[in-house]
Amino acid sequence: MLLGPALFISAVLFTLGVLGVLMRRNVIVIFMCVELMLNAVNLTFVALAQNLGVGGQVFVFFVMAVAAAEAAVGLAIILAVYRHKQSVSLQNMNLLKDG
Amino acid sequence: MTGTVFWIFGVIAMGSALLCITRKNPIASALWLVVTLFALAALFVLLDAQFIAVLQVLVYAGAIMVLFLFVIMLLNLGRPGPSDIKGPLGLGVAVLLAAALLFLLQPLTQTTLRSAITLPPGSVPALQQQQGIVGSVANSLFSAYLIPFEIASVLLLAAIVGAVVLAKRKL
Repeated sequence: MLLGPALFISAVLFTLGVLGVLMRRNVIVIFMCVELMLNAVNLTFVALAQNLGVGGQVFVFFVMAVAAAEAAVGLAIILAVYRHKQSVSLQNMNLLKDG
Repeated sequence: MTGTVFWIFGVIAMGSALLCITRKNPIASALWLVVTLFALAALFVLLDAQFIAVLQVLVYAGAIMVLFLFVIMLLNLGRPGPSDIKGPLGLGVAVLLAAALLFLLQPLTQTTLRSAITLPPGSVPALQQQQGIVGSVANSLFSAYLIPFEIASVLLLAAIVGAVVLAKRKL
């Protein structure tokens, strides 16, 4: 009976994550918004696991493992970029843009 | 009663997510994201996923967010400066696209599952009663999902090595 509210909250959280990615320029904040989207999807998995069996909870486990790996590698990339550019703003990451 | 508590934590999660994406200071953003993750852990408990809720607090709020805060503080990004939120045009386009996405996701919240594929109500708590809360997840993790589990361990090893290689100043 909590499926509808859970899916609604999940949809709103995912949209807020997308909005954050679109409206911010700080790479670290954008990265946090990606984590927010992953969490919104996790909520969907757990809500559906209540009706469809514990397989959904197992999948959330894998999403968390992938998110941890992604955070470690992503933050290492941000550190490497910061060392080159002394900035984490997307405006300064325009190597592929002409002019 | 459960529904009321669920909505309270849901509103906390949505509100702190909104604060997370609108705060200028990245440290404030990260701390509001931690609040969102804790509220989500509470929602997981209410959805009969206590083990996942504990993992959420340990892995997300504990490990991943500490990594984020560590990097923000290492790069000294907490000092006040110009806002990194895009100008009126970029912000308008972003809000428009997000509104369109929410409009598209809205029908999914009215999902009704066909009774042929759903378990009878209360069967997940019954399984947890029988096998234990951790055991019910572990039983499928170490039988049906054993190979993905092993692949996840290789993925984590690759991520560790990759992070060290990328963050090292000189190889």
